[in-house]
Amino acid sequence: MIFGLNHTLLTVAFGSASLGAVAGALGCFAVLRRQSLLGDAVSHAALPGIALAFILTQSKEPLTLFLGALIAGCLGAIVVMNVVATTRVKSDSALGIVLSVFFGAGLVLLTFSQRQPGASQAGLDRFLFGQAATLLNRDLWFMAIAGAVVLTTLVVFWKEFKLLAFDPVYASSLGFPVRALEVLLTALIVAAIVLGLQTVGVVLMSALVVAPAAAARQWTNRLSTMVVLGAVAGAVAGVLGALTSSTFERVPAGPAIVLFAAVITIFSFLFAPGRGLVWQTINMRSRHKSLRADALLVNMLDMEEQHAHDNPEHAHSTRALKAAASVTGAFDVRGSLENLNRRGLVTKLPDDRWKLSTTGTEHASELTRGENIGGTPTS
Amino acid sequence: MSLTPPNPNLAIEINDLTVAYHEKPVLWDVDLHVPAGVLMAIVGPNGAGKSTLIKAALGLVKAAAGDVLIFGRPYPEQRRRVAYVPQRGSVDWDFPTTVIDVVTMGRYGALGWLKRPGAREHAEAMAALEQLGMQDFADRQISQLSGGQQQRVFLARALSQQADVYFMDEPLQGVDATTEHAIMQLLRSLRSQGKTVVVVHHDLETVEEYFDWVTMLNVRRIASGPVSEVFTRANLRIAYGGRSALGAEALERDEIRDAKPAAPIVP
Repeated sequence: MIFGLNHTLLTVAFGSASLGAVAGALGCFAVLRRQSLLGDAVSHAALPGIALAFILTQSKEPLTLFLGALIAGCLGAIVVMNVVATTRVKSDSALGIVLSVFFGAGLVLLTFSQRQPGASQAGLDRFLFGQAATLLNRDLWFMAIAGAVVLTTLVVFWKEFKLLAFDPVYASSLGFPVRALEVLLTALIVAAIVLGLQTVGVVLMSALVVAPAAAARQWTNRLSTMVVLGAVAGAVAGVLGALTSSTFERVPAGPAIVLFAAVITIFSFLFAPGRGLVWQTINMRSRHKSLRADALLVNMLDMEEQHAHDNPEHAHSTRALKAAASVTGAFDVRGSLENLNRRGLVTKLPDDRWKLSTTGTEHASELTRGENIGGTPTS
Repeated sequence: MSLTPPNPNLAIEINDLTVAYHEKPVLWDVDLHVPAGVLMAIVGPNGAGKSTLIKAALGLVKAAAGDVLIFGRPYPEQRRRVAYVPQRGSVDWDFPTTVIDVVTMGRYGALGWLKRPGAREHAEAMAALEQLGMQDFADRQISQLSGGQQQRVFLARALSQQADVYFMDEPLQGVDATTEHAIMQLLRSLRSQGKTVVVVHHDLETVEEYFDWVTMLNVRRIASGPVSEVFTRANLRIAYGGRSALGAEALERDEIRDAKPAAPIVP
């Protein structure tokens, strides 16, 4: 067994599972409200809060650092929203400015705090890339309780948040205080981010907000299922990454967690039924095949009608059909013909010649009337 | 405040409404008095402030001045009696939710905080869907709907609010014939129940056929009243100023009557 499950590792696993679950669940709302980048700005903006909280209190208590991060993170989010609302600066620029200014300030304060006498043990630099092995029991309790508070709030205001995410203007017309709800939801997202900073680090935390949510979206068309799946994906990535980091020396937790989240996301993008790229490619192929068959049927009907008065039994060669198809730009004439033959819509005659069957003629006339397009059955 | 006392017989009374984005006025000193039980179109060229008028009436954009009364009382007190249909393009139709879910949102305001929609809200939403012929789509994912079906879902959502006054932002814009028919049937049925419906409308060709009341807008209110009285060539010319191709085209048409002479000509 790679991961010997002693007490320390259990602590690490539970801690990273809870932060991953909270980030994955709240991340769904960030992604659906197109606020993915806000998470990035918020997590970077939290760094000066952490450093300042330590400098002012000389304490490394999780609650102290959490509050510092929360306040700075919220401040960052507020600055972004106000810059967008009151100036003509677009949100991407506002996010970029806030992210770099706060992060820069955070790095300066971090360096400063480490140079203070007696602060060599501060170890605040773990907030940059995250460290799972240092999770203690008290951190675990704190993360579990804070995470439970965040998720409970999400459940309590579920109906309102769903409406806010889908149609905020309509929510406002119903009399809901949209601005206050936005602030509350953003605060929850900020809290979810801040909870993970110690383990994942400010640089990569936003990935744990976005990736599990984006993966979850691929598998479902229901918001509730998406949030549960996002939480599960976040928890799985958190546990796997944290355990990897704890087991192998010199593997930082943040990058490991984010890599696992990325694997889940890429797999979802490729293979999720319906929305996955592989499925879409298969669907598109079959749609194109069906449309090619449609086009060919219509061509054949056209050509056969030209012979209706002299020789109703006239059949056309593959070459003639190819020539006619080249006008409309259809490909794979022979493949389509074999296909239609298998479905009983055309009949294969000797000398590589083809003729519409009775059902084929009927279907082709339907198509020319604009009915049932794309409905030609293919095997 | 207006100088005249509020008239509770008017479904909608808007006085001195002015809205400005970045200092440029979008609506200037608009007065609007709409009696109950009419089907009213708001027409005007692009940028005339049609959508803004609705949004400002509902407090969705901040007005610089003006007040809005619904049946003689300020709008915030009468919110439950008013339903809004936003433009279809204002939301992300790839949002992970179903048709019945969206329509049920119409009941959220009446439900209030913390309460979950239950069987009763589901039944009310289904009833609203049926009125638009969309009951078979209840469990459909909203991303699988055509534009017209999306529009009907939005109307069903407003319908489920069981309001007395409806504000609709371009419900007939770019919809198929089936949807247009279903929507107009619904609007007429609302009118016959005494409801008041205000519709931002683009198609001048159908104003006379579909509506009995019209407001012509171009930042200022150009005219407002029964279609037979105010939907005139002269008013259209003022509203569209010959600048809009749509307006100019309509001016060329014979069906739109000329302004009535002020006094009958006595031979």
